[in-house]
Parts: sequence; C-alpha cells; structure tokens
Amino acid sequence: MTDRIEEIRKEAAEAIGAASTTAELEELRVRHLGRKAELTQILRGIAELPKEERGPVGKAGNEARRELEGLLESRSAELDASELGTRLAEDAIDVTLPGSPPVPAGALNPLIRTQREIEDIFIGLGYRVMEGPEVELDYYNFTALNHPPGHAARMEQDTFYVDPSTLRSDLRIRSNGEELPPGPEDVVLRTHTSPMQVRSMEAQPPPIFIVVPGRCYRSDPFDATHSPIFHQVEGLAVGEDITLADLKGTLDEFARAIFGPDRETRFRPDFFPFTEPSVQVDVSCFRCGGTGKLSDGSRDPLCKGVGWIEILGAGMVDPNVYGFVAANGYEPERVQGFAFGMGIERIAMLKYGVPDLRKFFENDVRVLEQFR
Amino acid sequence: MRVPESWLRTYCDPDLGVEELADEIAMHSIEVERISHVGAPSPDAFVVGRVLSVEKHPDADKLSVCEVDAGEGVRTIVCGAPNVAVGQTVPVALPGAVMPDGTKLGRAKLRGVESDGMILSEAELQIGDDAAGIAVFDEDGLAPGTPLSEVIPVSDPVIELEPTSNRVDCFGVYGVAREVHAVTGADLAEAPWTDDAEATGKGEVTDYASVIVEVPELCPRFTARVFTDVEIGPSPLWLKARLIGAGLRPISNVVDITNYVMLMTAQPLHAFDLDKVPDGALIIRTAKQGEKLTTLDGVERTFDDDAVLVCDRNGPSGIAGIMGGQVSEVSKTTTRVLLEVATWNGVNILRTSRKLGLRSDASNRFEKQLHPELAIRAQRIASRLMVELCGAKLVPGTIDEAADIPEPHHLELRTERVEALLGMPIEPKLCSEYLKRLDFEVSGRGKTLKATVPFHRHYDVTREVDLIEEVGRIHGYAENLEATLPSTSGQTGRLTREQRLRRRAEDALRDLGFDVVVNLSLTDPRMHTRIRIPDQELRAQPIRISNPLSAEHSVERTALLGSLLDDASYNRAHGAERVALAESGRVYLREGSSPHDGVLAGKFVGNRPAPAFEPWRLGALAVGELRPAGWRDGAVAADFYSLKGMLEALAAQLGVTIEVVPGDEPFLQPGRCGRVLVGGEDAGWIGEIHPLVCRDWDIDAAAGFEIDLAPLVAASPSGEETYEDVISYPAVHQDIAVVVDEAVPAAGIRSAVLDAGGELLRSAEVFDLYRGEQVGEGRKSLALRLTFRAADRTLTDEEVAERRRAIEAAVQKIGGSIRE
Repeated sequence: MTDRIEEIRKEAAEAIGAASTTAELEELRVRHLGRKAELTQILRGIAELPKEERGPVGKAGNEARRELEGLLESRSAELDASELGTRLAEDAIDVTLPGSPPVPAGALNPLIRTQREIEDIFIGLGYRVMEGPEVELDYYNFTALNHPPGHAARMEQDTFYVDPSTLRSDLRIRSNGEELPPGPEDVVLRTHTSPMQVRSMEAQPPPIFIVVPGRCYRSDPFDATHSPIFHQVEGLAVGEDITLADLKGTLDEFARAIFGPDRETRFRPDFFPFTEPSVQVDVSCFRCGGTGKLSDGSRDPLCKGVGWIEILGAGMVDPNVYGFVAANGYEPERVQGFAFGMGIERIAMLKYGVPDLRKFFENDVRVLEQFR
Repeated sequence: MRVPESWLRTYCDPDLGVEELADEIAMHSIEVERISHVGAPSPDAFVVGRVLSVEKHPDADKLSVCEVDAGEGVRTIVCGAPNVAVGQTVPVALPGAVMPDGTKLGRAKLRGVESDGMILSEAELQIGDDAAGIAVFDEDGLAPGTPLSEVIPVSDPVIELEPTSNRVDCFGVYGVAREVHAVTGADLAEAPWTDDAEATGKGEVTDYASVIVEVPELCPRFTARVFTDVEIGPSPLWLKARLIGAGLRPISNVVDITNYVMLMTAQPLHAFDLDKVPDGALIIRTAKQGEKLTTLDGVERTFDDDAVLVCDRNGPSGIAGIMGGQVSEVSKTTTRVLLEVATWNGVNILRTSRKLGLRSDASNRFEKQLHPELAIRAQRIASRLMVELCGAKLVPGTIDEAADIPEPHHLELRTERVEALLGMPIEPKLCSEYLKRLDFEVSGRGKTLKATVPFHRHYDVTREVDLIEEVGRIHGYAENLEATLPSTSGQTGRLTREQRLRRRAEDALRDLGFDVVVNLSLTDPRMHTRIRIPDQELRAQPIRISNPLSAEHSVERTALLGSLLDDASYNRAHGAERVALAESGRVYLREGSSPHDGVLAGKFVGNRPAPAFEPWRLGALAVGELRPAGWRDGAVAADFYSLKGMLEALAAQLGVTIEVVPGDEPFLQPGRCGRVLVGGEDAGWIGEIHPLVCRDWDIDAAAGFEIDLAPLVAASPSGEETYEDVISYPAVHQDIAVVVDEAVPAAGIRSAVLDAGGELLRSAEVFDLYRGEQVGEGRKSLALRLTFRAADRTLTDEEVAERRRAIEAAVQKIGGSIRE
C-alpha cells in the first residue's frame, strides 16, 4: 500500500510541476486531493486495514498529502504571478495623454497679495491689524487729525463729500429738522486710512502698535498714477519714548523686507497736519542699487536717475491729535510716537513693475493669471 | 515755485553747484520738483558788443550790414532789426553759440553778405518779451567782449520747488534764500525791505485816496500808497529776466513791480490806476449775491455773499486777493497809481477761489494765510522800485486800515526734548544757531531756549514741537538720524481670527479656480436698475457723493454683482474663454446691522459709530464652462449646481455646512435661485443670472453667489476645535430610494429622513436622482445613502430595522414611499 502511495505522490508531483495554467492546477488538485481521489480514499479506508499496516500507511498517506498540498500552493503562486504579469502588460496605457482636467488654478489680484505682505511684515514687528469704516465722519477724517474746519489741507485732499440725503436720516439733521452747517458731523469718503488713528486710540490706551489697511477715496481723476479709489496702509506706534529714529529703524526693516536686504530709507522734511515733524520717506532704488545708473551706464528710468524712490509719508504724531484722545491715556506731554501711510498700489507697482495703476482695477484675467 | 538760481544767489550764495544746492534744499527744507532752465543751454559765445557802423544791405531793404566790436576785433554782422543804430551796446551771439531753442549758430551768408554772428532780441535770449527789435543796454561802460552772462542771465538754471501749504514764506525767493542760509550757513543779504523810498510827492496820501474796510475779520489789514508822475513803460532787462525765469510774463514796469515784489517776498500786491477809482475811494465788503465783475483775464465772474470785493463807488473793482478788475487796470496812459498791499483771510480766499474755479499767483499765497506785518514790507520794497524804475513820486503817508495785528509767539524749547522726540541729539548751541538763522529771536542757553517766532512763520510755528521740527530738519535727518527700533510693542503681532479666516476664504476661492479681483467700490447710480432691483429696496438707494468726478463713479456699491458682471463682460470681450471671478470686499448700505461682532459685520472701534453699514461680502460669478472638457470627461458648466458645489467647498474649508433653500432675487433666473443659510441665518443668494441681465452685459449663461462673510466666520469652528474620540464601532450602511412628488424639495426629504433616523442615523447623503417610467409621471426618486452608528456599541439588526420603520413612516407623511 505504501508503494502505491509513493507512486501516486510521484505521478502527482510531476503533473503539478508541469501544469501551465491555474485551471489545470485546479484540475490536478481535484484529481489528487479531492474527495474522490485515490489518496483520499486510501486515507479514509485506514480503519479497515490490518492493525499493523494502519500506522505506516497513515503516516505515508498524510506525508504525501501535505507534500502535494505544498507543491500545489507554490505552483499556484508561480502561475498567479506570471498570469498577472501578462494581464498587466495588456493593461498598459499612454501616460503622455493629459490628466483629467483639474480645477483651473485661480489667482489673487496683486493688490491683495501686496496688502497681505505688508501686513505680515508689521505683524512680525509686533503690530496688530485694524480696519475702519470708509464712509467716515469729518471728525475722524479731518477735525481730530488737526485739520480744523477751513484748513487748507482739507481742500488739498480733494475730498468726496457724501450727499446727506442718502444717509440715515438722523446723521445730518438737527432735532428741529434743520441741516447742520459744515463741520465735524459732515460725512466724507475717507481720504486716507488715518481716521483709524483716532478711532483706535479711543478704543485702546497706550501703548498701541497697529497697521490699518484699507480703501480710500479722493477726487483725483484716473491717470497712470492716480485713481479716485486706492488703498493705503496706515501705521501707528505710540508709547512713552518712541522716537523719529525708531520710525526710521522700523521703515528700514519694512523696506528691506519688501524690496530686498540692502535697502535703506532716507527722510526729507514734509508737512502733514497730523504729524510734527513730518517727513517724506524715500527708499534706495532696488533696480540700480541707489546709484541712479544701470549696469550699462544709462540713467535708471525707475528712480529717474536719482537713486531714491519716494514711497510714503510719515512723522511723529502731532500733540494736537493726542488732545482728542487725552481722556484715554494719551496726554500729549506723556506719550509720543509715530505714524505713517503708504499707498498699496504704489508699492505693488514698484514691486511687480506695473506701469499703470489702472491695471489693478481692470481685472484682466490675462494679467491676474500672472499672480497665482 | 520757480526760483531762478541767479536771483537766489543775489541773497545767499553758498559755495555749491546748482545740483548740490537743490539737494540741500530738498533734504532740509522743501521738495524740489526738478531743475529746469531758461535761456541758452550754455553762456559760451554770448558777449557784449558795440555797434560801430550801420549800412543798408545792398540787396535787401529790411537788412542792415553792421560793423560790431565784440571784443576780438571788428566783425560784420547782418541784422534785420529796425532799431539797430550806431553806438548801441547790444547782446551778440558769436558763431558756435547754442541758442535757447537748441540751434547752433554758424557763419551764414545773408543775401550774399556773410554774417559773423547775430545781434539778439530779448525774446531770442528768453530774457524778455520784446521780439520786434534787438535788445539795447542802457548801461554805459560795458566793455565790448564782456561775457554776456556777467550782465544778464543768459543761461539760468531754475530750481522748481513745491513748498508745502504751511510754508508760504517759501513762495518768495527771499524766503527760499533764508532757508539756504539756515541750511548752509552762507551769508544772507540784508532784508530787501530795510530801506523805504523817500516820499517826494505833493500833499498827503489821504488827499488822494480813502479806504473803508467793512469786513475787518476777512481783511485784517489793508495798506495803500499813492504815486504820482508815473511813467509807464517796459521794465529793465534784469527785471524782465527775473520774471521770465520765475515763469511770469513781463507786462509793464508798474505791473512787473507788483509781480516782482510778490515773487521776492510772497506778499501779493495790486496796482490801481488811481484816476479810474472815483475820488480814490475804496470800500472792502462782501459781495451781494449774484454781483458781477469782469476780471483782468476778460472773464465775467459772478459772486455769492462769501466773496470779498474791493469796490469803488460804482461797484466792484477787484476780487480781494485773487484778481483785479478791468475797470481800474493800469494802462499805458496811467500816471497816478494806488498801490494796494493787503492781508486777507486765507480760508475765505481759498473758498472763493475754489468756488470761482479761479486760482492766481496771489490767491495761491493768500489762501495759505499771510501775516499782516508782511504788507508793509512789500510796500517799502515796491515804493523804491516805483521811484527808481517809473520815475514816480511817492506821496507821503500810508493808508493803513488794520485790525489788531497778532503779536509774535514767544515759545520755549527744552533742548532735552529734542533728543527725546527725535532720537537724535542736537547740542543746545546748535539749536540756538539754527533758529537764529531762520530769523527767530533766541535767548537763553543750555536746557531751555526762549524763541520768538518771526512774522513769516507766525501761523506755522506755534508750539515747542514745531521748534523741534525746525532744528531737526536743519540739523539733517539724512546725515544724523540713526535707525533704531522701538523697545517693545508690549504685544504679539497677529491677525484676528476673522482676518485669518477671511484670508482662508479668499485662498479657498482661488484654489477652487476663481480669480480673486479688486473692483472699484464706486459705481453707476443706474446699476441697480440694470440688475433689476426695484427702486424701493435699500439696495437701490445707494450712498451718493455730492461732488463726483463722473456719474459712472458717483455712488457706493450696494452689491458686488454689478462690477463682477462688468469684469466678466470685459474679459469675455477680450477673448477669455473661461471667466470665474470672485471678490472679497465691502458693500455700503445707508442702514442695517448684523447680529455678529467685528469688522466683517461692519462694526468698527471708536466712540462715534460709523455713518454707514459696511458688511464684508464674498461674491463669485462664473460664465460659460467652470471646468473645460477633457479627452474623456465632459465640461462642467457654470450652473446652479456647480456653483453650489463651489460654495459648499468654500464653506467646508472653514468647517461650515451651509443650507440652500428656494428663494428669489430680481437678477436671478426664477426657479434657479436660492437663499444661502448659515446656521439658519440668511447670508445671501446663489443662483443662475437672469438671461436679461446676461444679455445686458453681453455674456453667456452665468451663475454666481454673494454672501456675507461674518455669519460664515461666526459659524466656523476653526480655532475652537476640541478633540473627540474616533468611534470604533462599525457603521451600518443602507441605501434607500424615496419616491415623492416632484414638488417636494430634496432638502425636505433629507430632513424628514434625518429627523426620523434619530441620533443613530449619522448621515443621509443624496447620491442619485431618477425620473422616469418606474416612478411615474410627476414623481421623482431620490437615492440616499444612510449611515447608522452608535458611539458606544455595535448596533443590532433590530435597532437598525426599528429606525428604518420610523424613516418609512416619515417618508409616507410627506407623501412618499420607499422604492424597493
């Protein structure tokens, strides 16, 4: 009997080794290890054998079965692998065809990017970002910024005044129904972001370190460098001992962060009613490096050969401004600090080489897509 | 303000070239706009010549052949001027000279006679206005061959300044010279008003003229002098050259003197022909409403009752401080002159000049407020010139109608405050020196200086801090100011939560494929009509500007949609195939409020509330294909559902779930628009743009949304998340198809299912919509994937079956059934 088992094992092992498909292999499994298979029958019939044969036959039969099972399994794995390989080869695709259309990439208007960049620079210097209304009271836009009624500087700013009949009825009318005379109750479209100096000092006692980005309005007709609507970032830093030198250091940091590491600033005297002293701030030209000449020796058109570019107005907050917020801890003799205001369009024009301010508001997608 | 260099140097002449001089002014005083030029590019080859002989040209009637001594022997020069005569001393350009117009002079044959140079007219030299004949110098003793630039400014740089409105003193050349003196320390010439003219006229000024000031608050000072025996004629060349250099046209000696003194001192003057003022009586009063006057420029002007007029008995003779009238204009026949030098109220001048749309050199100075003391200075300088240049006789006395003249300010400067404020130490001695150079009277030394403010700075320097600016700028920021940083801000710099989430929302819109634009917030008042908003709505009643530049930009926008449509239309017209635009910005409403806090909800800090309601919005508009077709996928059209998907994705970026319910907007297609709810609050609209609106803007089918950002930010859990254990018990998924009437909205089915499912039903997501035979006419089948799960146990079949029965009951309640 054991001999027969050996024959079966040998024959089956050969057949398994020769099988070339998984289907053939399955057939062999049924033939040699299935319920009706000879080996299965032998093992099932062990109990009927003479006692002394039961041990050797059982052992040989089980060994043969295990061996065949092992062979089937390994041959099956071999065949699987080769069949998969064939199938995958048939499934190859053209990887050079384009991908399914993704969501097209959008862009941010460069003014948004520039504003964020400016905000982030000052956040890094410890400033908070505040925002104020654009439809604003004369009080905040002028009066409390040391532009008394009739002041020439009010008129220089080419203010848009709001038609009171288009405002809330309580705003421009006295209780007896009469319209108020020109004064702090007038409503304007803010001509600068500076009204937030006073609003924020009313809300927060010193020290205060803020920047105020936002939209401003002046009745300047459109041209390459003017628009009746434009954006500014205001800065305000007030404490006990903040100096004009601190303003210079702060603006140097800003200029380097936005225009490159070798930049420096230069102050020239100027006049703003709400700062004293007031300065105009130039940054050394980032194209020619401040020499006024390009590498080929020609005049740098960006700075017009001067080596400096005007970027913003600034100064030490005028004591008269503190006078309007003295009740909140801003006694003019005890606090001092600086303020500055820059045009976002101007910074963006310089930074990205945009030749005409109107481009920012045209929103031409062919331009926008340059600013992912 | 044009300052001819040669004129400036007569008062202060530092050892600096013109570029360096301009730099010093720019860095310490006032802005330099540019350095320009009058006359020839170079003074070379312009000399003084003497005419030795004049003969008729043999072949040309109008030309003369002259022998001219121009220094190096005698030259033959052909001259076309009728006034050329033997013995004249004249300006000559030699061959090689470059004329003001840029042409280079050579030897030229004129009708056969070679001309070895050119005798020049004033106009050719740009030193005067006379082009009819050659210029002739009166001065004797000028040697032939003397460089012409030693006599007149042949080639004069002009420093063009832009003084700020507080520095009216720098609207005068002497004032600029004072600045140059302060900055460079170079000597300053004695004040030109030091000496007065000798009064040799007959009688007293009051015999000739009288002045009544009815409005002293608007005319703090009015001075008048009278001159007789005036000979009107052209001004001398040097005076013409200065006027032309400063940008004014010479007219006649009297008028030129008034302009010259104004350009020197910043104090305007006005000359009347006394014989055209009945009885010499002047009255200063405000205008009667509608009163008229023809000004010197020939324009008839009409006034309101704010304007101040200088009148004679018959009526207006001039507008105070702005422009004189033709009625009393000085002419060739004038022999007696009344010279007015007055001080006016600057605010009033500014208002009147604005209202009339009439600015003059005088009004530009008066509106910045001059001190009354300056008037008499100008009288003194002008009087001397009247005598010298017009042969006039000054009548003794000055009419001087003055209200109280303001006393000078006496200020203290604590020298320690200089460093404390500027962060730049300046020695007390230097502080004192700088102020003295600026004409302040200074006493004391060391810690406290006492300074008296000069009249020409009276309205500008009133406090210690103003003195600190003076010493600071003269000391020099560029040279001496260090760069330091404030010690500490006492806080961390960061964005607020709403600012951070706004950036997130903008970035999300960009990442979803929108170009995020920045539009002008002023728009056309007809915009609301174009987007079909009825007149009675708040959105149709925008905040309007009283003084707009154009109607097109005269009201504040009440919605983002209008300018997004403009942008879309512009881009489609310029060939863009895909237009998906978004804007993140404010709208402006006359009233309104938000239940939320912060700037996005239009709430701003400050004691006085903002006059308008300015909530922050997100708007989006897409036209045509939102996503293009690929080689195996179809295009995604910009329609309601694709935009809704975008809006849902945007909200999901902020961790917010939105709900959309049926709604309507006049600019949206009926039946294809919805209200966007955030936490149950109406936050805005979403929908397909009405075909009539699309047609108006000439764009294809479009869809969009516009929502308030504040509710979205308020609903966002961002920054306030708390950890929750992940549920590890298995979920049970079941798909059901609910058949209902067409009219039942998907949201209604879903909420019925969710309510009935109770807390075990975690979600019910729509995954298919079927209409057709199997469900019958007028009905639809909505397939939902249900997910049941409990946090604390594995659900039993019975628990799920019970919920299923409840859901079936709920569906039946809304008239539906579950399709097996």
